[in-house]
Amino acid sequence: MSSKLIITNVETVPGKTIVKHLGMVSGNTVRSKHVGRDLMAGFKNVFGGELRGYTELLNESREEATARMRQQAAAIGANAVVNVRFSTSSVTVGAAELFVYGTAVVVQ
Amino acid sequence: MLELLGFLTLLLVGYLSGSWVEHRHFASIRRREMRLRQVRLIGIKRVPPEYSAWQPQLVAGSVVVSVDYFKRIAAGLRNFFGGRVAAYETLIERARREAMLRMRQQAADCGADLVFNPRLETAAISSGAGGQIGAVEVHVCGTALRAPPAGTAPG
Repeated sequence: MSSKLIITNVETVPGKTIVKHLGMVSGNTVRSKHVGRDLMAGFKNVFGGELRGYTELLNESREEATARMRQQAAAIGANAVVNVRFSTSSVTVGAAELFVYGTAVVVQ
Repeated sequence: MLELLGFLTLLLVGYLSGSWVEHRHFASIRRREMRLRQVRLIGIKRVPPEYSAWQPQLVAGSVVVSVDYFKRIAAGLRNFFGGRVAAYETLIERARREAMLRMRQQAADCGADLVFNPRLETAAISSGAGGQIGAVEVHVCGTALRAPPAGTAPG
């Protein structure tokens, strides 16, 4: 069910009409990285280049946040989420919050 | 004396490896941009009606790129005098182009040629390890549209 949920970041689902707005749905996750990753990042800070550990961490976190949003949308009977936005904020030293939100709708 | 030597070594190592990494990264970005040029990014919010039969899917790309030691010191100096911080301009450009490439690659992987409404977001990562990490993250997401299977009547 939730895998069939359509997610877009435009205002509508192309080719379909929105028959019902169900309100905002969101998902978040707060993640911290482990010491090993910080050590690696410290090395990379001398040489330059991509911090793969951080890229992966942030990607996983975004996926988790999106999965939570999907669950919420499915639970209230939506079949699509439109106008999705991502936002990031650092909560404390070494941890970041990934937040994703959108509008749950029923489309036909 | 020993400290100064260590500092100069770090500076030199940072400069050499940083410019090599950057040069290689730009070469790879240019190569992949050529390969993915059929995936077009369209910066409008409303999808035109002619694409109404196309399948939408959210695609995203992100990357975290770190500065090198030399750039950090150079930027610190620049901070004193003011003006363009060229060292960081190329850093952010690399991150943006890389993130967009990853998004376009994801679109190409699911068979889409169009990405509507790409949204870029940049975040500085500097709080880890007692403020020692200087890096920038760029995340971009958009709505990819996949053409309907051939033979399907439009609309």
